[in-house]
Amino acid sequence: MHPVVKTVLQRLGLGFLTLLAVSVIIFSSLELMPGGFAQSILGQGATPETVEAFNRSLGLDRPPVTRYFEWVTGAVQGDFGKSFAGAGGWREENIRYVSNIIGPRLYNTFFLAAMTAVIAVPLALILGLLAALYRNSWFDRIVNAVTLTTIASPEFFVAYILVFFFAVKLRWFAPLSTISDTTPFLQHMYKGALPALTLTLVIIAHMMRMTRASIISLLSSPYIEMAKLKGLTGRQVILRHALPNAWAPIATVIAFNLAYLVVGVVVVEVVFTYPGIGQLMVDSVSSRDMPVAQACALIFAATYILLNLSADIIAIVTNPRLLHPK
Amino acid sequence: MKSETKRVKGSTLVEIKGLKIEGFSDDKWHPIIKGIDLHLKRGEVLGLIGESGAGKSTLGLAAMGYCKPGCRISAGSVSFDGRELVGLPAEELRTMWGSKITYVAQSAAASFNPAHKLMGQVTESATNHSIMSAPEAEADAVDLFRRLQLPAPETIGNRYPHQVSGGQLQRAMTAMAMSCRPDLIVFDEPTTALDVTTQVEVLASMRRIVEEFDTAAIYITHDLAVVAQMAHRIMVLRYGNLVEENNTRAMLKQPEKDYTKTLWAVRSLEKPEEKGTDIALSIVNVDGSYSGVVKVLDNVTVRVPRGKTVAVVGESGSGKSTLARAITGLLPPSKGRIEFNGKALPARLQDRDRDTLRRIQMIYQSADTALNPRQKVRDIIGRPLEFYLGLKGEAKEKKIEGLLDAIELGSEFIDRYPNELSGGQKQRVSIARALAAEPELIICDEVTSALDQIVQEEILKLLMKLQKDTNVSYLFITHDIATVRAISDEIVVMHKGKVVQQGLKSEVLNPPYPPYTELLLSSVPQMDPDWLTNLLKARAA
Amino acid sequence: MSVETQDILSRRTKRTWTQSTVRLLKSAPFSAKFGMAVIAFYVFCALFAPIIAPYSESEIVGKAYGAPSWQNWFGLDQIGRDTLSRVIYGGRNTIGIALITVLISFFIGGSLGIYAAVTRGWMDQIVSRLVDILMSIPVLIFALMLLAMAGKSVWNLIFILALLDSTRVFRLARNTALSVAVQDFVEAARLRGEKMLWIVFREIVPNILPTLIAEFGLRFSFVFLTIAALSFLGVGIQPPTADWGSMVAESKTLITFGKIQPLIPAAAIALLTVAVNFVVDWFLQKTSGLRDEK
Repeated sequence: MHPVVKTVLQRLGLGFLTLLAVSVIIFSSLELMPGGFAQSILGQGATPETVEAFNRSLGLDRPPVTRYFEWVTGAVQGDFGKSFAGAGGWREENIRYVSNIIGPRLYNTFFLAAMTAVIAVPLALILGLLAALYRNSWFDRIVNAVTLTTIASPEFFVAYILVFFFAVKLRWFAPLSTISDTTPFLQHMYKGALPALTLTLVIIAHMMRMTRASIISLLSSPYIEMAKLKGLTGRQVILRHALPNAWAPIATVIAFNLAYLVVGVVVVEVVFTYPGIGQLMVDSVSSRDMPVAQACALIFAATYILLNLSADIIAIVTNPRLLHPK
Repeated sequence: MKSETKRVKGSTLVEIKGLKIEGFSDDKWHPIIKGIDLHLKRGEVLGLIGESGAGKSTLGLAAMGYCKPGCRISAGSVSFDGRELVGLPAEELRTMWGSKITYVAQSAAASFNPAHKLMGQVTESATNHSIMSAPEAEADAVDLFRRLQLPAPETIGNRYPHQVSGGQLQRAMTAMAMSCRPDLIVFDEPTTALDVTTQVEVLASMRRIVEEFDTAAIYITHDLAVVAQMAHRIMVLRYGNLVEENNTRAMLKQPEKDYTKTLWAVRSLEKPEEKGTDIALSIVNVDGSYSGVVKVLDNVTVRVPRGKTVAVVGESGSGKSTLARAITGLLPPSKGRIEFNGKALPARLQDRDRDTLRRIQMIYQSADTALNPRQKVRDIIGRPLEFYLGLKGEAKEKKIEGLLDAIELGSEFIDRYPNELSGGQKQRVSIARALAAEPELIICDEVTSALDQIVQEEILKLLMKLQKDTNVSYLFITHDIATVRAISDEIVVMHKGKVVQQGLKSEVLNPPYPPYTELLLSSVPQMDPDWLTNLLKARAA
Repeated sequence: MSVETQDILSRRTKRTWTQSTVRLLKSAPFSAKFGMAVIAFYVFCALFAPIIAPYSESEIVGKAYGAPSWQNWFGLDQIGRDTLSRVIYGGRNTIGIALITVLISFFIGGSLGIYAAVTRGWMDQIVSRLVDILMSIPVLIFALMLLAMAGKSVWNLIFILALLDSTRVFRLARNTALSVAVQDFVEAARLRGEKMLWIVFREIVPNILPTLIAEFGLRFSFVFLTIAALSFLGVGIQPPTADWGSMVAESKTLITFGKIQPLIPAAAIALLTVAVNFVVDWFLQKTSGLRDEK
């Protein structure tokens, strides 16, 4: 087998195992609860009968291994079971399915993330490249201080500053991003502008610094010096000699930051009450609606793992040593 | 005007006057080149020789009008073919680089772009400067590959850098430098990273092609014997100053300055051999491997007599360092036995008692990594005294001072950290640490390879003196034949994990030789300008 | 730089520890000096909060949303407590909790990491794989889920974050310790017959200490931000304990009326983490000795 195929398959297998292990961890977090979940929801005073009824209504009376496999096979097909939120009355008409709750919110979150990525990724790569090419210039120094400050600030600080100026003082945008299923596309984009801007500022700082560092380490390699001493122009050095070796580091930077974006979305959605999966997760955690919290956690973790996996695979398929074995 | 002088052999090509270069570090500019004049004629090969920190690479690159990042030319002029390079705009320099002036770097593996095939990189200068069309340049490259005696010259260009060996890559880089038939090539230590047997082939190809095209060259190296083969004229540099300059033959026959003379010294050092009968360490039929698959040691038998020096010599991959690991117990042999003082030595380090550990000590190649940078000399030398001999307080302090005395460092060094010592001083401290254990055997693993010539000699002299005083045995692992000649009583030649030959120095270094010993010995450059020519003649015959 | 000049530099005259520290601090760039001043100020406020703060943490001193005045510089909060006093106490709480978390995290991650690097056996394999898996779940998400399970309390918060953060510390400690453990001087100590404890504390730890100290700063700002985020989301530090994250959340509606109250604790958080980052940035450059050009 070609080494590239072999390495990619190995990496995919490892990614699959990681995902499986993560699903076990997320699932078992519910099982590890002292005294059982029902007890902690219903309180110490709950009679054994109530606890039993509660467990039966949610299917918690069956062995954990069976439930895990049901949960995982369901999750693969997009079915995350029933929410606890409507389980108070344990009546059929109150039961809400997790996937129905998550579906529209997942769309909203990916909408926001995509909007951010489209602005932030190209901008960060270009600015990072410029900072690397003109390193130690005033441009580089200012960029360094500004990005360090942005990285160190909490997302909600950045968000409220933007709200203060753009929504309260200038009144260009609404301070809250209320969105429903019927919001038209352009309206959706307009409403999502401030959250997207906040996320952009936060991840651009990270991405630029990482881009700058990897470009600098690339440009200090002896083969770049050799290319210069062969009389190539700066443009040729970059395009012909630096770029073919830059895919792996660039892919890593992008994947890392998109993964970071996935997490940053939680706080930003809460600030703008944007109805995405991040806010849903926070709500479900507050109300201890475990099936929803678990489903959200699994989706976040899976996105995170898949992004890093794609970066690794790009690094593998662009590695000349693997592409052209001895 | 320029074109008229163009191909006249013997006319001036490079003229450097009063050149000063500074490097930036620790928020200050420090001088690297302190005012040097250099003159190079067309078709002439100039050798720049010096130890680390002499500024030879910086000067060589300055002849191209290039400074490494973090360096600057602060004074002087560099004229190439009548044109001033200092202060020339980058645009103009670029038209000369790769076409009129080219560069061959030390590490070919790092200097080729891993993402492109060799051919594209070799022909890049020619096509980029519009000197040749791509097909012409490729045909020419194949011709150069052939002249440089690369295997499969027609197809080797289709390979990627990591698919060919280090010696081949170095020749491909020479082809790259030659592709535009430049007026000047700067060779920056091009064979330093290669084994001696490979080095001979690369040197021969480089010299031939430079002669064929009548190219002027600046050849930078720290190895006098190598430069003697390549250069017409030699400049000896030290601390950024010129020490001495002369024709190669005159320089070799009669160096004028004391410093230049000392560069020869290690070659003149030679210990009279003694035969030892009392065997301290005996390694019998030992096999060793790392993963259990590839044998790195293959049925190795070596004996080390008490109070004598056995040199283990071989190229990279010969298994000589693995032998050291087998003896120390870091890599227990998969077969065979190791005896020390007539008793079997436990194979694993963990199974050896403290007294056995004390008797066998080790000194490493790089004193930089062998000494803990966070410990003072006092603690480095004091620890074995305390650990093995139970010395404390006053007694320990006195012993440390005695040891510092033995390694010819004063007691003012006792509170220094390793980074406050020079390379040679660090290696002395390593020796003192080994000595503190009062060992019977010291394994010396390439202990002089990382040091400059003069320092090497001092360290070797010290080791010999200590052997006389304490009757310690040395197992001296090295790739350098000159060092072997200087200090050994017996020699073990290793090749691909096997012992090719063991015997007294006089036996091994004199004919009749086994084939590999012959190849190895004949490949070591000699301080004779005709050595390479004669060797190639002899090998061709 | 030439070896010769390095030699000369390294043989500079000896200075005492205090002298060289003062020199080092003086040579720090403006950003690092600024960072150190800010950190010192925060530490001072945290230590002497009861003396500095005009009112206590939970004392109601006026009517809700009282405007800033000479008595209450930053105004009053939603139930009439003094905002300035709550900012001062909040700093003490948030910083204290973050500090305890990072200390526990370093104790677990650091000791396991160094142990794994030195022994390099099956324990290393198992823990390293486990850490890989745990690290593939984002900290904030994992923390949210575990808090949902364990319930909201300060000690749950501390232990959950310490556990999650220790995976990062483990990886760093293991990798840096491993890069030291493969060096010749460690092999020399093993050949001498030294015990593991000696090798760890005399050979390895002194060499990885600068890296760990810098990482401590970075981990602190990360944990500090995570706690602030969790409190802001309402699952971190719980009322009535004052804390910067939840103070932002409590007063967030004020921003739509053009008031800057929510920005005060948020800015306090940002200022501290920026300060820590500035200092760490400088410290890393100093100790690694790496510069872009080389």
